[in-house]
Amino acid sequence: MKDAADAPLLSAKGLAIGWGGRLERRLSSGIDLELRGGDFAALVGPNGSGKSTLLRTLVGFQAPLSGEVSLCGKYVYRLTVEERSKRAACVFTDRYDSGYFTVFDIVAFGRYPYTDARNRLEARDLEAVTSAIAAVGLAALASRRFSELSDGERQKALIARAIAQDCPLLVLDEPTAFLDAPARVEVFHVARDLARSSGKAVVLSTHDIDHALRYADSLWLMDGLHRFSSGAPEDLATSGAIGRAFDGEGFRFDPRTGAFRSVEAGRSFAVELDAPAGVSRAWAERLVERLGLVVARHLHEGSEAIARVSIEEGEAGPLFSLREAGSGSRGSEAASYGELARLLADLAEARERTSK
Amino acid sequence: MKARGPAPGALLATLACAAALLFVADLALGSVRIPLVGVADALLGRATDSAWASIVLIFRLPKALTALSAGAALAVSGLILQTVFRNPLAGPDSLGIGAGASVGVAIVVLAAGSAGGSAFLSGLGLAGYALLSIAASAGAFLVLLVILLFARRVENGVTLLIVGLLVGYLAGSLVSLLVYFGSPQKVQVYLGWTYGSFSAVTARQLPVLFAAIGLGLAMTARTSKSLNALLMGDRFAESLGVRVAGARTRALLAAALLAGAATAFCGPIAFLGIAAPQAARRILRASDHAILIPGAALLGSVFALAADIASQLPGGGTVLPVNPLLALIGAPIILSIFLRGSRQEGSAR
Repeated sequence: MKDAADAPLLSAKGLAIGWGGRLERRLSSGIDLELRGGDFAALVGPNGSGKSTLLRTLVGFQAPLSGEVSLCGKYVYRLTVEERSKRAACVFTDRYDSGYFTVFDIVAFGRYPYTDARNRLEARDLEAVTSAIAAVGLAALASRRFSELSDGERQKALIARAIAQDCPLLVLDEPTAFLDAPARVEVFHVARDLARSSGKAVVLSTHDIDHALRYADSLWLMDGLHRFSSGAPEDLATSGAIGRAFDGEGFRFDPRTGAFRSVEAGRSFAVELDAPAGVSRAWAERLVERLGLVVARHLHEGSEAIARVSIEEGEAGPLFSLREAGSGSRGSEAASYGELARLLADLAEARERTSK
Repeated sequence: MKARGPAPGALLATLACAAALLFVADLALGSVRIPLVGVADALLGRATDSAWASIVLIFRLPKALTALSAGAALAVSGLILQTVFRNPLAGPDSLGIGAGASVGVAIVVLAAGSAGGSAFLSGLGLAGYALLSIAASAGAFLVLLVILLFARRVENGVTLLIVGLLVGYLAGSLVSLLVYFGSPQKVQVYLGWTYGSFSAVTARQLPVLFAAIGLGLAMTARTSKSLNALLMGDRFAESLGVRVAGARTRALLAAALLAGAATAFCGPIAFLGIAAPQAARRILRASDHAILIPGAALLGSVFALAADIASQLPGGGTVLPVNPLLALIGAPIILSIFLRGSRQEGSAR
């Protein structure tokens, strides 16, 4: 009994994905992964690394080049289309010409595997559709036409359709593409809550590494060099795996902030920040980095401190006083981040000129 | 909860009433005007005027029934094609399916055995007419298969229409070859058929037409669930457990049978197959095939009956061909789809 509950919902061993045939194109191989009910995994990787192909292979839409995927204890590629539709619900990035279908109609498509030949919705189906719509927060828009929704609302309606399909596995292919920032956060929230509250396993592929690191229980990483790794987001971030997958000319993954930042070539100037940890300091640090400078705490070889900034909390916001390094008492004041940015930029430029 | 404006059921009932009214009008109007009472008497078999009775029963009733069923068949065929190819301009004629059916008919009429003479078509027995519809349906389905083959490679809907056009030309050239080598009498018969008419079907042949169209409609009704899913795309449908290739083939078989049968009996009828499903979508404001299939069928009947009535309007025994009249209704509808389509593309994408 315990074994059955512990068995992963989705697992793959030695999986190779890509297109077979005469023009074989192997996108990745040696993929081992496991996903249990209640887990939320995020699949990340550069464009063309095979994220969509992996997802399609996991749900049996595409044959693996080698290896097997097992879903609920069965080899997924050997399931019939009908059996698959009750085990895995998928949302793809396609654009839909939905005509006069309402949000309700679209979500009701999720009941398709369960309805009779005339597609009549029984009480049980109606209940599933209504609660799926409520789960993504679209109850007020249920009778609105799908084509009239914003991109974010559409994505949520499509996720609701997948929820209504009532499968143990939910697969979302780039659900946050085309969405604005708040809508992206919402999609991640919905995906995580779904895994937590209903015990479903949820996988989504995304380019939002930042959100993936914040929300996912595990990160699946495809690095564009045919390699796959998986683990807790923190492990992959600190082990340098994310950096190896994504780092490019002029930017790199910063494990400290979990975000990408540009790397300026040559020597860098540092700024000391004299302020307690807090909102003001955090944004001052961001400002320093935005200008291509480093915060002195993270001083590294070849960098030179050019100024010291102290922050005081004023009535109308933070006040900054800036003291140039090596100039004794010479200093200036700034009443906003914008002013501070101009002062620091001028200073850095002056230093650059004198050092040449 | 989902309704906007009148409920689909009420709109369908209105369409059914319109079809019924036009059906009665089609029986009453013509070179000889027969009062409604006379029509009713003739239908109920208690006619006092035997001339009226024979006009209604022998000429007008089969013609009206043919218009009713052929209109419905072409409209539903067009609806299926528009859904499967996800293209609002798909239809039996725009995809060259009518041309394919013409090849089937041309082969039977022009190349078939010894039974010659101008009486060939009307002289055909029931078996002959069944053969004609099978040949037309087979021709229609063959063209559909070719288009389906291309549809998997070209995503663009306009390209698909061009393929349909070319296939249509190809079928047309086959027909010209058959015509070139056919005997003059047979060619005469064939050319008469190409004008399109609802009046060539006799009461004895009607059961064959009804059987073919009834079968096609029953097949369509059974695919209505998967048609809804196919409308949203192949991947969407497959993720819902639809066996896409099978569902598509079944739907196209139904479309070919419907278009083939209607074409075999009435000749190539233009525009109706594109315009009626489009109009049904807009009038019913629906995308659900459970509503659209009956809606398109009723509207197809309405269009066909209206065109048939209009073709009798000149009076004095002059009858206009149906095709140009349908073009008068159909062309503006298709034009407006074009205009609306380009506007939508400009704003939504």
